[in-house]
Amino acid sequence: MCLGVPGQIKDIYERDGVRMGKVDFGGILKEVCLDFVPEMKVGDYTIVHVGFAITRLDEQSAVETLALFKEMGVLEEELLVAREVGVGGKGDLTRGAT
Amino acid sequence: MKYLEEFRDPELAKRLLDDIHAIAKGRWALMEVCGGQTHSLIRNGIDTLLPDNIELIHGPGCPVCVTPLEVIDKALRIAAQPNVTFCSFGDMLRVPGSGEDLFTVKGGGGDVRVVYSPLDAVKIARDNPTREVVFFGIGFETTAPANAMAVVQAKRLGLKNFSMLVSHVLVPPALEAIMRSPHARVDGFLAAGHVCSVMGYWQYEPLAERFRVPIVVTGFEPLDLLQGIRMVVRQLEEGRFEVENAYARAVTREGNVPAQMLLSEVFEVTARKWRGIGEIPASGWGLSPAYREFDAAIRFDVSDINTVESAICRSGDVLQGLIKPNECPAFGKECTPRKPLGATMVSSEGACAAYYQYGRFMPLERIKG
Ligand code: SF4
Repeated sequence: MCLGVPGQIKDIYERDGVRMGKVDFGGILKEVCLDFVPEMKVGDYTIVHVGFAITRLDEQSAVETLALFKEMGVLEEELLVAREVGVGGKGDLTRGAT
Repeated sequence: MKYLEEFRDPELAKRLLDDIHAIAKGRWALMEVCGGQTHSLIRNGIDTLLPDNIELIHGPGCPVCVTPLEVIDKALRIAAQPNVTFCSFGDMLRVPGSGEDLFTVKGGGGDVRVVYSPLDAVKIARDNPTREVVFFGIGFETTAPANAMAVVQAKRLGLKNFSMLVSHVLVPPALEAIMRSPHARVDGFLAAGHVCSVMGYWQYEPLAERFRVPIVVTGFEPLDLLQGIRMVVRQLEEGRFEVENAYARAVTREGNVPAQMLLSEVFEVTARKWRGIGEIPASGWGLSPAYREFDAAIRFDVSDINTVESAICRSGDVLQGLIKPNECPAFGKECTPRKPLGATMVSSEGACAAYYQYGRFMPLERIKG
């Protein structure tokens, strides 16, 4: 029931005193009530539940979270590579260095 | 679709899982509150990939499942009236009442319609002025703003033939009831992301403090769920009990303020019975005096209802996390999605339906081998 689907606002207009708009869900356009997200503009991402935009989907935060996950384990991997190669040894790390 | 696929990346999921395995030392039971999260966890097999010392307990966050039997019976009674067009979210149609379900009422000639948005029901009322149009207003805080807006819109348009059968439920009082229960064995909560999109998460701070339990706001995609689990486990290992946000792209501490303002105008807090669990004080919303003229339970005389709950169904225990669905003797036998004995087998968020749909017929220990 609390299913929310991310989509991008394509159009904003008013109908019967309510702020409505068209939201693009991966190529499918649907009419959505935008009354609860008065600050949002065309091009912004939102999360839609039963035909209502309930919150901003913050692009920057999404990107940061993904970057955080991508960094995870990378440090350990690098240490592992360094160990396999032999720190300070004559492995691949030194190739091409002049 | 953007910001959906990225949060399903198997490579990143593995990293999160490895980290959970590395940090989880103690034996911890985590409750995911929302039924949507239950389905995502089971569908993606996340429960089977976690360390053996981390158990997931499925919570009561399925509004269809906890809608009390009296209210379902009231809905059935109203929907069967010849002048009524009864509109509902699709999930409610097969939820068993004492006798039949809304689907049967429809089969018997009742005008029962599935709508996607509560505003669709307002439109039906406007287009059909001679019909009494009733909307089944259920849901958690996520759905409540939409339902509130439908009532406001009906009032604005001066519709006299629109009403709502309201049975809204609230998450924080349910968490409190779970922690107060003598059977409580929850060490940490994954709070329901979209409920918090609307309400924010400041409401959970006193709960974390009082019950010394970590609460992490969590989304629905595999990476969101793994990150939520990882943050709860980390708190538990470090002896912390704070409210943290693992779903920052959709949730802020204060939540959606315009939605909250409308909610406080249209609804007022009431005691609410939860199906299978019992009454929880101050755990629901009903229409406030200013909007009571739209209350279907008042407009239609449905006060003399005698309910009969299935003697076999253990959905109350499932909803409180006391048993897993496959521990119910009727699971997959007398009770299937085609012939459900309880709402938890019907709803797209019910734990019994998730276990059936994804073939969890045996205990997790045997799946993990
Ligand atoms: S399996 Fe069926 S009978 Fe058993 S608890 Fe779930 S809904 Fe009820």
